[in-house]
Amino acid sequence: MALIELRGVSKTYPPTRKGGDPVRAVDDVDLSIEAGEIVGVVGYSGAGKSTLVRLINALEPTTSGTLEVDGTDVTTLRERQLQKVRLDIGMIFQQFNLFGSRTVWGNIAYPLEIAKVPKAEHQKRISELLHFVGLADKAHAWPEQLSGGQKQRVGIARALATSPKILLADEATSALDPETTVEVLRLLKRVNTELGITIVVITHEMDVVKTIADRVVVMEEGRIVEQGPVFEIFARPQQPATRRFVSTLVDDVPDEASVVSLRRRHPGRLLTLSFRDESVSQSAVFAEIIGRGVEFELVFGGVEDVRGRTFGHLTLELRGDRAAVDEAVRAVSALVETTEVA
Amino acid sequence: MDRVWELRSIFLESLWTTIWLAGGGLVIGGLIGLLVGTGLYVSRRGGIVSDRRTNGVLNFVVNFMRPIPFVLLVIALQPVSRWFGISGIGNGQALVAIVFASAFGISRIVEQNLVSVQPGVLEAARAMGASRWKVITTVLLPEALGPLILGFTFALVAIVDMTAIVGITGADSLGKVALTYGLKQFNWTVTAVAILLVILIVQIGQLIGNALARRVMRR
Repeated sequence: MALIELRGVSKTYPPTRKGGDPVRAVDDVDLSIEAGEIVGVVGYSGAGKSTLVRLINALEPTTSGTLEVDGTDVTTLRERQLQKVRLDIGMIFQQFNLFGSRTVWGNIAYPLEIAKVPKAEHQKRISELLHFVGLADKAHAWPEQLSGGQKQRVGIARALATSPKILLADEATSALDPETTVEVLRLLKRVNTELGITIVVITHEMDVVKTIADRVVVMEEGRIVEQGPVFEIFARPQQPATRRFVSTLVDDVPDEASVVSLRRRHPGRLLTLSFRDESVSQSAVFAEIIGRGVEFELVFGGVEDVRGRTFGHLTLELRGDRAAVDEAVRAVSALVETTEVA
Repeated sequence: MDRVWELRSIFLESLWTTIWLAGGGLVIGGLIGLLVGTGLYVSRRGGIVSDRRTNGVLNFVVNFMRPIPFVLLVIALQPVSRWFGISGIGNGQALVAIVFASAFGISRIVEQNLVSVQPGVLEAARAMGASRWKVITTVLLPEALGPLILGFTFALVAIVDMTAIVGITGADSLGKVALTYGLKQFNWTVTAVAILLVILIVQIGQLIGNALARRVMRR
Protein backbone atom coordinates (compact mmCIF):
# COMPACT_ATOMS: atom_id res chain seq x y z
CA MET A 1 0.00 0.00 0.00
CA ALA A 2 1.47 3.29 -1.09
CA LEU A 3 1.71 6.17 1.38
CA ILE A 4 -0.09 8.52 -0.98
CA GLU A 5 -2.47 7.05 -3.51
CA LEU A 6 -4.49 9.05 -6.04
CA ARG A 7 -7.02 7.31 -8.23
CA GLY A 8 -8.89 9.19 -10.94
CA VAL A 9 -8.49 12.45 -9.07
CA SER A 10 -9.84 15.60 -10.69
CA LYS A 11 -10.19 19.16 -9.50
CA THR A 12 -12.44 21.56 -11.34
CA TYR A 13 -12.81 25.24 -10.51
CA PRO A 14 -15.92 27.20 -11.42
CA PRO A 15 -15.55 29.43 -14.49
CA THR A 16 -13.58 32.60 -13.81
CA ARG A 17 -16.20 34.69 -15.60
CA LYS A 18 -19.90 34.24 -16.26
CA GLY A 19 -20.61 31.88 -19.14
CA GLY A 20 -16.99 30.70 -19.30
CA ASP A 21 -15.82 27.12 -19.13
CA PRO A 22 -15.00 25.55 -15.77
CA VAL A 23 -11.26 25.19 -15.23
CA ARG A 24 -9.91 21.63 -14.97
CA ALA A 25 -6.82 22.20 -12.88
CA VAL A 26 -6.20 18.51 -12.24
CA ASP A 27 -7.61 16.01 -14.70
CA ASP A 28 -8.06 12.31 -13.90
CA VAL A 29 -4.75 11.74 -12.17
CA ASP A 30 -3.51 8.35 -10.98
CA LEU A 31 -0.41 8.50 -8.83
CA SER A 32 1.19 6.33 -6.15
CA ILE A 33 3.90 7.64 -3.89
CA GLU A 34 5.71 5.11 -1.72
CA ALA A 35 6.94 5.83 1.79
CA GLY A 36 10.51 7.11 1.80
CA GLU A 37 10.52 8.33 -1.80
CA ILE A 38 11.36 11.77 -3.13
CA VAL A 39 9.06 12.44 -6.05
CA GLY A 40 9.56 15.45 -8.32
CA VAL A 41 6.48 16.84 -10.03
CA VAL A 42 7.47 19.04 -12.97
CA GLY A 43 5.37 21.14 -15.28
CA TYR A 44 5.06 24.66 -16.58
CA SER A 45 3.04 27.17 -14.58
CA GLY A 46 -0.63 26.36 -14.92
CA ALA A 47 0.05 22.64 -15.43
CA GLY A 48 -1.83 21.88 -12.22
CA LYS A 49 1.07 20.81 -10.03
CA SER A 50 0.42 23.35 -7.26
CA THR A 51 -3.22 22.31 -7.15
CA LEU A 52 -2.15 18.66 -7.04
CA VAL A 53 -0.15 19.09 -3.82
CA ARG A 54 -2.96 21.07 -2.23
CA LEU A 55 -5.25 18.14 -2.87
CA ILE A 56 -2.88 15.87 -0.95
CA ASN A 57 -3.17 17.90 2.27
CA ALA A 58 -6.77 18.75 1.40
CA LEU A 59 -6.29 22.50 1.43
CA GLU A 60 -8.38 22.16 -1.71
CA PRO A 61 -11.15 19.56 -1.83
CA THR A 62 -11.09 17.15 -4.79
CA THR A 63 -13.93 17.27 -7.28
CA SER A 64 -13.85 13.53 -7.99
CA GLY A 65 -11.72 10.44 -7.44
CA THR A 66 -10.21 8.95 -4.31
CA LEU A 67 -7.13 10.20 -2.51
CA GLU A 68 -5.64 8.13 0.27
CA VAL A 69 -2.96 9.38 2.58
CA ASP A 70 -1.47 6.72 4.84
CA GLY A 71 -4.53 4.53 4.33
CA THR A 72 -7.14 7.22 5.01
CA ASP A 73 -9.36 8.49 2.21
CA VAL A 74 -9.11 12.24 2.81
CA THR A 75 -11.89 13.06 0.34
CA THR A 76 -14.49 11.78 2.82
CA LEU A 77 -13.17 13.55 5.93
CA ARG A 78 -14.66 16.56 7.66
CA GLU A 79 -12.63 19.72 8.25
CA ARG A 80 -11.90 18.79 11.87
CA GLN A 81 -10.54 15.37 10.93
CA LEU A 82 -8.54 16.91 8.10
CA GLN A 83 -6.83 19.18 10.63
CA LYS A 84 -5.47 16.03 12.30
CA VAL A 85 -4.30 14.58 8.98
CA ARG A 86 -2.48 17.84 8.20
CA LEU A 87 -0.35 17.48 11.33
CA ASP A 88 1.21 14.52 9.49
CA ILE A 89 1.89 16.52 6.33
CA GLY A 90 4.38 19.38 6.41
CA MET A 91 4.45 22.00 3.68
CA ILE A 92 6.99 24.56 2.51
CA PHE A 93 6.44 27.35 0.04
CA GLN A 94 8.13 29.43 -2.66
CA GLN A 95 7.56 32.63 -0.67
CA PHE A 96 8.43 30.88 2.63
CA ASN A 97 5.25 32.25 4.29
CA LEU A 98 6.88 32.82 7.66
CA PHE A 99 4.80 34.69 10.25
CA GLY A 100 6.16 38.24 10.41
CA SER A 101 4.59 38.70 13.82
CA ARG A 102 6.71 35.91 15.32
CA THR A 103 10.42 35.29 15.70
CA VAL A 104 12.12 32.23 14.23
CA TRP A 105 11.42 30.49 17.54
CA GLY A 106 7.79 31.58 17.51
CA ASN A 107 7.35 30.39 13.94
CA ILE A 108 8.54 26.89 14.81
CA ALA A 109 6.46 26.91 18.00
CA TYR A 110 3.27 27.61 16.05
CA PRO A 111 2.60 24.09 14.73
CA LEU A 112 3.42 22.73 18.20
CA GLU A 113 0.75 25.02 19.67
CA ILE A 114 -1.71 23.85 17.03
CA ALA A 115 -0.89 20.20 17.77
CA LYS A 116 -1.36 20.97 21.50
CA VAL A 117 2.14 19.76 22.35
CA PRO A 118 2.72 20.63 26.05
CA LYS A 119 4.67 23.88 26.46
CA ALA A 120 7.34 22.10 28.49
CA GLU A 121 8.36 20.09 25.43
CA HIS A 122 8.66 23.08 23.08
CA GLN A 123 12.14 24.12 24.19
CA LYS A 124 13.71 20.73 23.43
CA ARG A 125 11.91 20.18 20.14
CA ILE A 126 12.55 23.66 18.78
CA SER A 127 16.24 23.66 19.61
CA GLU A 128 16.54 20.18 18.07
CA LEU A 129 14.97 21.47 14.86
CA LEU A 130 17.08 24.63 14.81
CA HIS A 131 20.22 22.54 15.09
CA PHE A 132 19.02 20.21 12.36
CA VAL A 133 18.57 23.08 9.90
CA GLY A 134 21.71 24.85 11.12
CA LEU A 135 20.11 28.00 12.51
CA ALA A 136 20.67 27.59 16.25
CA ASP A 137 22.06 31.14 16.47
CA LYS A 138 19.01 32.68 14.79
CA ALA A 139 16.36 31.49 17.28
CA HIS A 140 15.39 35.00 18.33
CA ALA A 141 15.80 36.73 14.97
CA TRP A 142 12.79 38.14 13.15
CA PRO A 143 12.01 36.78 9.68
CA GLU A 144 12.94 40.06 7.94
CA GLN A 145 16.47 39.76 9.34
CA LEU A 146 17.08 36.47 7.49
CA SER A 147 18.31 35.75 3.97
CA GLY A 148 16.12 33.79 1.56
CA GLY A 149 17.94 30.54 2.24
CA GLN A 150 17.68 31.01 5.99
CA LYS A 151 13.96 31.76 5.69
CA GLN A 152 13.40 28.55 3.79
CA ARG A 153 15.35 26.61 6.41
CA VAL A 154 13.07 28.06 9.08
CA GLY A 155 10.16 27.04 6.84
CA ILE A 156 11.54 23.50 6.77
CA ALA A 157 12.07 23.43 10.55
CA ARG A 158 8.51 24.66 11.06
CA ALA A 159 7.13 22.07 8.64
CA LEU A 160 8.98 19.30 10.49
CA ALA A 161 7.98 20.40 13.99
CA THR A 162 5.15 17.92 14.40
CA SER A 163 7.24 15.06 12.93
CA PRO A 164 5.18 14.58 9.78
CA LYS A 165 5.46 11.57 7.49
CA ILE A 166 5.18 13.64 4.35
CA LEU A 167 6.73 16.95 3.29
CA LEU A 168 5.21 18.89 0.41
CA ALA A 169 7.57 21.38 -1.21
CA ASP A 170 5.80 23.87 -3.48
CA GLU A 171 8.48 25.52 -5.65
CA ALA A 172 10.53 25.72 -2.47
CA THR A 173 13.73 26.80 -4.21
CA SER A 174 12.30 28.92 -7.01
CA ALA A 175 12.87 32.20 -5.19
CA LEU A 176 16.45 31.32 -4.25
CA ASP A 177 19.75 31.87 -6.05
CA PRO A 178 21.56 28.79 -7.44
CA GLU A 179 23.97 28.42 -4.52
CA THR A 180 21.26 28.68 -1.87
CA THR A 181 19.14 26.28 -3.90
CA VAL A 182 21.87 23.67 -3.61
CA GLU A 183 22.03 24.18 0.18
CA VAL A 184 18.29 23.86 0.62
CA LEU A 185 18.14 20.79 -1.62
CA ARG A 186 20.93 19.18 0.39
CA LEU A 187 18.88 19.84 3.54
CA LEU A 188 15.78 18.30 1.96
CA LYS A 189 17.83 15.24 1.02
CA ARG A 190 18.85 14.94 4.68
CA VAL A 191 15.22 15.26 5.73
CA ASN A 192 14.54 12.28 3.51
CA THR A 193 17.50 10.08 4.40
CA GLU A 194 17.95 10.90 8.10
CA LEU A 195 14.32 11.31 9.12
CA GLY A 196 12.77 8.98 6.53
CA ILE A 197 10.24 11.59 5.45
CA THR A 198 8.57 11.16 2.07
CA ILE A 199 8.94 14.32 -0.02
CA VAL A 200 6.87 15.60 -2.91
CA VAL A 201 8.74 18.37 -4.72
CA ILE A 202 6.86 20.63 -7.09
CA THR A 203 9.17 22.47 -9.45
CA HIS A 204 9.69 23.81 -12.93
CA GLU A 205 13.45 23.39 -12.66
CA MET A 206 14.85 20.07 -13.93
CA ASP A 207 17.99 20.77 -11.96
CA VAL A 208 16.03 20.32 -8.72
CA VAL A 209 14.63 17.01 -9.94
CA LYS A 210 18.05 15.83 -11.05
CA THR A 211 19.60 16.72 -7.69
CA ILE A 212 17.19 15.09 -5.27
CA ALA A 213 14.30 13.17 -6.84
CA ASP A 214 14.07 9.41 -7.16
CA ARG A 215 11.12 9.59 -9.48
CA VAL A 216 9.71 12.22 -11.83
CA VAL A 217 6.12 12.99 -12.69
CA VAL A 218 5.58 15.31 -15.66
CA MET A 219 2.34 17.27 -15.75
CA GLU A 220 0.75 19.17 -18.59
CA GLU A 221 -2.71 20.73 -18.63
CA GLY A 222 -3.74 19.00 -15.44
CA ARG A 223 -2.74 15.54 -16.59
CA ILE A 224 0.24 13.36 -15.83
CA VAL A 225 1.81 12.85 -19.24
CA GLU A 226 4.82 10.81 -18.19
CA GLN A 227 6.37 9.37 -15.06
CA GLY A 228 9.26 7.14 -14.14
CA PRO A 229 12.63 6.85 -12.40
CA VAL A 230 14.74 9.98 -12.86
CA PHE A 231 17.44 8.38 -15.00
CA GLU A 232 14.91 6.79 -17.33
CA ILE A 233 13.07 10.07 -17.84
CA PHE A 234 16.30 11.94 -18.49
CA ALA A 235 17.76 9.32 -20.80
CA ARG A 236 14.60 8.41 -22.73
CA PRO A 237 11.99 11.15 -22.51
CA GLN A 238 8.95 10.09 -24.51
CA GLN A 239 6.62 13.08 -24.50
CA PRO A 240 7.39 16.45 -26.13
CA ALA A 241 6.83 18.22 -22.77
CA THR A 242 9.28 15.91 -21.04
CA ARG A 243 11.82 16.38 -23.83
CA ARG A 244 11.59 20.15 -23.47
CA PHE A 245 12.23 19.87 -19.73
CA VAL A 246 15.17 17.51 -20.14
CA SER A 247 16.70 19.73 -22.82
CA THR A 248 16.82 22.62 -20.33
CA LEU A 249 19.52 20.62 -18.58
CA VAL A 250 21.22 18.52 -21.27
CA ASP A 251 21.62 19.49 -24.93
CA ASP A 252 19.77 17.01 -27.07
CA VAL A 253 20.03 16.78 -30.88
CA PRO A 254 20.75 20.35 -32.04
CA ASP A 255 17.62 22.24 -33.03
CA GLU A 256 17.21 24.02 -36.36
CA ALA A 257 18.71 27.31 -35.28
CA SER A 258 21.76 25.56 -33.83
CA VAL A 259 22.19 23.50 -37.00
CA VAL A 260 22.24 26.65 -39.14
CA SER A 261 24.95 28.16 -36.99
CA LEU A 262 26.90 24.88 -36.81
CA ARG A 263 26.78 24.48 -40.56
CA ARG A 264 28.53 27.79 -41.08
CA ARG A 265 31.74 26.40 -39.62
CA HIS A 266 31.27 22.66 -40.02
CA PRO A 267 30.59 21.53 -43.58
CA GLY A 268 31.27 17.82 -42.85
CA ARG A 269 28.79 15.13 -41.91
CA LEU A 270 27.06 15.83 -38.58
CA LEU A 271 26.02 12.90 -36.43
CA THR A 272 24.50 12.94 -32.93
CA LEU A 273 25.39 10.04 -30.66
CA SER A 274 23.08 9.34 -27.73
CA PHE A 275 24.67 7.59 -24.78
CA ARG A 276 22.02 6.13 -22.47
CA ASP A 277 23.62 2.97 -21.33
CA GLU A 278 26.83 2.39 -19.52
CA SER A 279 27.30 -0.89 -21.34
CA VAL A 280 28.78 1.04 -24.26
CA SER A 281 31.88 3.03 -23.50
CA GLN A 282 32.58 6.26 -25.32
CA SER A 283 36.13 5.20 -26.02
CA ALA A 284 34.94 2.10 -27.90
CA VAL A 285 32.74 4.29 -30.08
CA PHE A 286 35.49 6.78 -30.82
CA ALA A 287 37.91 3.94 -31.60
CA GLU A 288 35.59 2.82 -34.40
CA ILE A 289 35.84 6.24 -36.02
CA ILE A 290 39.55 6.76 -35.58
CA GLY A 291 40.30 3.21 -36.75
CA ARG A 292 38.84 4.03 -40.16
CA GLY A 293 41.02 7.06 -40.66
CA VAL A 294 38.09 9.44 -40.21
CA GLU A 295 38.73 12.75 -38.47
CA PHE A 296 36.14 14.07 -36.09
CA GLU A 297 35.40 17.10 -34.00
CA LEU A 298 32.97 17.45 -31.11
CA VAL A 299 30.70 20.37 -32.07
CA PHE A 300 27.62 20.21 -29.82
CA GLY A 301 26.08 18.42 -26.86
CA GLY A 302 27.02 17.38 -23.37
CA VAL A 303 26.95 14.65 -20.78
CA GLU A 304 25.25 14.63 -17.38
CA ASP A 305 25.49 12.49 -14.34
CA VAL A 306 22.12 11.45 -12.90
CA ARG A 307 21.99 9.20 -9.85
CA GLY A 308 25.55 8.10 -10.57
CA ARG A 309 24.79 7.13 -14.15
CA THR A 310 26.11 9.01 -17.13
CA PHE A 311 24.14 9.89 -20.19
CA GLY A 312 24.25 12.53 -22.85
CA HIS A 313 24.16 13.50 -26.48
CA LEU A 314 27.28 14.35 -28.47
CA THR A 315 27.16 15.76 -31.97
CA LEU A 316 30.27 15.08 -34.07
CA GLU A 317 31.44 16.46 -37.33
CA LEU A 318 33.01 13.65 -39.38
CA ARG A 319 35.52 14.48 -42.12
CA GLY A 320 37.49 12.31 -44.50
CA ASP A 321 37.12 9.82 -47.33
CA ARG A 322 33.44 9.45 -48.13
CA ALA A 323 33.39 5.65 -48.08
CA ALA A 324 35.34 5.59 -44.81
CA VAL A 325 32.89 8.02 -43.20
CA ASP A 326 29.94 5.89 -44.34
CA GLU A 327 31.66 2.85 -42.91
CA ALA A 328 32.35 4.63 -39.59
CA VAL A 329 28.74 5.80 -39.27
CA ARG A 330 27.51 2.27 -39.83
CA ALA A 331 29.85 0.84 -37.22
CA VAL A 332 29.01 3.50 -34.65
CA SER A 333 25.27 3.11 -35.20
CA ALA A 334 25.62 -0.54 -34.31
CA LEU A 335 26.91 0.48 -30.88
CA VAL A 336 24.86 3.51 -29.89
CA GLU A 337 21.73 5.32 -30.95
CA THR A 338 22.60 7.86 -33.66
CA THR A 339 20.75 10.67 -35.35
CA GLU A 340 21.87 12.26 -38.63
CA VAL A 341 21.82 16.02 -38.44
CA ALA A 342 20.66 17.48 -41.74
CA MET B 1 -8.62 85.52 27.55
CA ASP B 2 -10.31 86.57 30.85
CA ARG B 3 -13.44 84.87 29.61
CA VAL B 4 -11.49 81.64 29.04
CA TRP B 5 -10.23 81.81 32.62
CA GLU B 6 -13.79 82.35 33.89
CA LEU B 7 -14.90 79.29 31.94
CA ARG B 8 -11.98 77.13 33.15
CA SER B 9 -14.07 74.60 35.02
CA ILE B 10 -16.37 74.22 32.00
CA PHE B 11 -13.36 73.79 29.74
CA LEU B 12 -11.90 71.15 32.04
CA GLU B 13 -15.12 69.22 32.28
CA SER B 14 -15.72 69.30 28.54
CA LEU B 15 -12.13 68.23 27.95
CA TRP B 16 -12.73 65.10 30.04
CA THR B 17 -16.07 64.49 28.38
CA THR B 18 -14.44 64.77 24.96
CA ILE B 19 -11.73 62.31 25.99
CA TRP B 20 -14.09 59.69 27.35
CA LEU B 21 -16.52 60.06 24.46
CA ALA B 22 -13.68 59.63 21.97
CA GLY B 23 -12.09 56.83 24.00
CA GLY B 24 -15.40 55.03 24.48
CA GLY B 25 -16.21 55.42 20.80
CA LEU B 26 -12.81 54.07 19.82
CA VAL B 27 -12.95 51.06 22.13
CA ILE B 28 -16.59 49.99 21.72
CA GLY B 29 -16.90 51.05 18.08
CA GLY B 30 -13.45 49.57 17.48
CA LEU B 31 -14.45 46.17 18.82
CA ILE B 32 -17.61 46.08 16.73
CA GLY B 33 -15.65 47.35 13.74
CA LEU B 34 -12.99 44.68 14.24
CA LEU B 35 -15.69 42.02 14.26
CA VAL B 36 -17.56 43.32 11.23
CA GLY B 37 -14.37 44.15 9.31
CA THR B 38 -12.94 40.68 9.94
CA GLY B 39 -16.28 39.23 8.86
CA LEU B 40 -16.13 41.26 5.65
CA TYR B 41 -12.59 40.04 4.95
CA VAL B 42 -12.98 36.33 5.68
CA SER B 43 -16.30 36.01 3.85
CA ARG B 44 -15.11 37.60 0.60
CA ARG B 45 -14.57 35.43 -2.48
CA GLY B 46 -11.51 33.25 -1.95
CA GLY B 47 -11.53 34.13 1.76
CA ILE B 48 -11.01 31.50 4.44
CA VAL B 49 -14.73 31.30 5.26
CA SER B 50 -15.91 32.49 1.86
CA ASP B 51 -19.68 33.04 1.95
CA ARG B 52 -21.37 35.18 -0.65
CA ARG B 53 -24.53 35.84 1.30
CA THR B 54 -22.84 36.91 4.55
CA ASN B 55 -20.47 39.10 2.60
CA GLY B 56 -23.34 40.66 0.68
CA VAL B 57 -25.34 41.43 3.82
CA LEU B 58 -22.35 42.91 5.67
CA ASN B 59 -21.38 45.01 2.68
CA PHE B 60 -24.92 46.30 2.27
CA VAL B 61 -25.28 47.28 5.93
CA VAL B 62 -21.91 49.03 6.02
CA ASN B 63 -22.56 50.83 2.75
CA PHE B 64 -26.02 51.82 3.97
CA MET B 65 -24.77 53.43 7.17
CA ARG B 66 -21.50 54.98 6.08
CA PRO B 67 -22.81 57.67 3.70
CA ILE B 68 -25.16 59.19 6.32
CA PRO B 69 -23.68 62.56 7.33
CA PHE B 70 -22.82 62.35 11.02
CA VAL B 71 -24.86 65.48 11.90
CA LEU B 72 -27.97 63.76 10.59
CA LEU B 73 -27.07 60.39 12.12
CA VAL B 74 -26.90 62.00 15.57
CA ILE B 75 -30.47 63.23 15.23
CA ALA B 76 -31.72 60.07 13.52
CA LEU B 77 -30.38 57.91 16.34
CA GLN B 78 -32.27 59.77 19.12
CA PRO B 79 -35.07 57.18 19.21
CA VAL B 80 -32.48 54.38 19.27
CA SER B 81 -30.85 55.88 22.35
CA ARG B 82 -34.21 56.19 24.08
CA TRP B 83 -34.90 52.57 23.21
CA PHE B 84 -31.65 51.67 25.01
CA GLY B 85 -33.04 53.54 28.02
CA ILE B 86 -30.74 56.49 27.48
CA SER B 87 -31.98 60.05 27.06
CA GLY B 88 -32.32 61.37 23.52
CA ILE B 89 -29.93 64.19 24.32
CA GLY B 90 -26.72 64.63 26.28
CA ASN B 91 -23.56 62.57 26.70
CA GLY B 92 -25.16 59.11 26.68
CA GLN B 93 -26.90 59.69 23.40
CA ALA B 94 -23.69 61.16 22.02
CA LEU B 95 -21.79 57.97 22.85
CA VAL B 96 -24.45 55.85 21.10
CA ALA B 97 -24.13 57.95 17.96
CA ILE B 98 -20.33 57.92 18.04
CA VAL B 99 -20.12 54.16 18.62
CA PHE B 100 -22.56 53.60 15.78
CA ALA B 101 -20.72 55.76 13.27
CA SER B 102 -17.22 54.66 14.27
CA ALA B 103 -18.13 50.96 14.15
CA PHE B 104 -19.03 51.14 10.47
CA GLY B 105 -16.12 53.38 9.58
CA ILE B 106 -13.65 51.14 11.40
CA SER B 107 -15.13 48.05 9.70
CA ARG B 108 -13.83 49.28 6.37
CA ILE B 109 -10.46 50.26 7.80
CA VAL B 110 -10.09 46.79 9.35
CA GLU B 111 -11.07 45.09 6.09
CA GLN B 112 -8.51 47.14 4.15
CA ASN B 113 -5.75 46.33 6.60
CA LEU B 114 -6.49 42.62 6.59
CA VAL B 115 -6.27 42.52 2.80
CA SER B 116 -2.61 43.51 3.14
CA VAL B 117 -1.79 40.23 4.93
CA GLN B 118 -0.08 37.73 2.59
CA PRO B 119 -2.66 35.01 1.84
CA GLY B 120 0.20 32.48 1.77
CA VAL B 121 0.76 32.99 5.49
CA LEU B 122 -2.84 31.98 6.18
CA GLU B 123 -2.44 28.99 3.89
CA ALA B 124 0.70 27.95 5.77
CA ALA B 125 -1.21 27.99 9.05
CA ARG B 126 -4.03 25.93 7.58
CA ALA B 127 -1.49 23.46 6.17
CA MET B 128 -0.20 23.04 9.74
CA GLY B 129 -3.63 21.91 10.83
CA ALA B 130 -4.95 25.16 12.31
CA SER B 131 -8.73 25.55 12.30
CA ARG B 132 -10.21 28.54 10.49
CA TRP B 133 -10.96 30.23 13.81
CA LYS B 134 -7.35 29.70 14.93
CA VAL B 135 -6.07 31.08 11.63
CA ILE B 136 -8.08 34.25 12.19
CA THR B 137 -7.17 34.77 15.84
CA THR B 138 -3.56 33.54 15.90
CA VAL B 139 -2.33 34.50 12.43
CA LEU B 140 -4.55 36.93 10.54
CA LEU B 141 -5.06 39.52 13.30
CA PRO B 142 -1.50 39.36 14.74
CA GLU B 143 -0.01 39.67 11.24
CA ALA B 144 -2.11 42.78 10.58
CA LEU B 145 -1.64 44.29 14.03
CA GLY B 146 0.71 47.11 13.03
CA PRO B 147 -1.46 48.45 10.20
CA LEU B 148 -4.53 47.91 12.40
CA ILE B 149 -3.09 50.16 15.11
CA LEU B 150 -2.39 52.85 12.53
CA GLY B 151 -5.91 52.40 11.17
CA PHE B 152 -7.44 52.80 14.62
CA THR B 153 -5.33 55.91 15.18
CA PHE B 154 -6.65 57.29 11.91
CA ALA B 155 -10.17 56.51 13.11
CA LEU B 156 -9.51 58.32 16.39
CA VAL B 157 -9.12 61.63 14.56
CA ALA B 158 -12.48 61.14 12.87
CA ILE B 159 -14.04 60.22 16.22
CA VAL B 160 -12.71 63.35 17.91
CA ASP B 161 -14.30 65.23 15.04
CA MET B 162 -17.61 63.52 15.91
CA THR B 163 -17.34 64.60 19.57
CA ALA B 164 -17.55 68.20 18.40
CA ILE B 165 -20.67 67.57 16.35
CA VAL B 166 -22.59 65.88 19.17
CA GLY B 167 -22.58 69.30 20.83
CA ILE B 168 -25.76 69.96 18.85
CA THR B 169 -27.73 67.45 20.93
CA GLY B 170 -26.24 68.76 24.12
CA ALA B 171 -23.23 66.57 24.83
CA ASP B 172 -20.78 68.45 27.06
CA SER B 173 -17.85 68.18 24.69
CA LEU B 174 -15.39 70.87 23.62
CA GLY B 175 -17.60 71.23 20.57
CA LYS B 176 -20.46 72.44 22.71
CA VAL B 177 -18.23 74.93 24.52
CA ALA B 178 -17.16 76.34 21.17
CA LEU B 179 -20.78 76.51 19.99
CA THR B 180 -22.30 77.94 23.16
CA TYR B 181 -19.60 80.24 24.53
CA GLY B 182 -17.69 80.91 21.33
CA LEU B 183 -20.06 81.08 18.40
CA LYS B 184 -23.21 82.28 20.14
CA GLN B 185 -21.48 84.81 22.40
CA PHE B 186 -19.22 86.14 19.65
CA ASN B 187 -16.08 85.20 21.58
CA TRP B 188 -13.50 83.99 19.09
CA THR B 189 -10.88 83.37 21.76
CA VAL B 190 -13.06 80.76 23.44
CA THR B 191 -13.54 79.00 20.09
CA ALA B 192 -9.79 79.09 19.45
CA VAL B 193 -8.95 77.60 22.85
CA ALA B 194 -11.50 74.82 22.33
CA ILE B 195 -9.92 74.05 18.95
CA LEU B 196 -6.43 74.02 20.49
CA LEU B 197 -7.54 71.50 23.10
CA VAL B 198 -9.02 69.27 20.38
CA ILE B 199 -5.74 69.49 18.45
CA LEU B 200 -3.89 68.51 21.62
CA ILE B 201 -6.02 65.37 22.07
CA VAL B 202 -5.49 64.34 18.45
CA GLN B 203 -1.73 64.97 18.63
CA ILE B 204 -1.34 62.85 21.74
CA GLY B 205 -3.50 60.10 20.25
CA GLN B 206 -1.45 60.05 17.05
CA LEU B 207 1.79 60.00 19.04
CA ILE B 208 0.67 56.98 21.05
CA GLY B 209 -0.63 55.21 17.95
CA ASN B 210 2.61 55.75 16.02
CA ALA B 211 4.71 54.55 18.95
CA LEU B 212 2.63 51.38 19.37
CA ALA B 213 2.67 50.61 15.66
CA ARG B 214 6.42 51.13 15.50
CA ARG B 215 6.90 48.69 18.34
CA VAL B 216 4.72 46.04 16.75
CA MET B 217 6.10 46.41 13.23
CA ARG B 218 9.71 46.98 14.30
CA ARG B 219 10.04 49.80 11.74
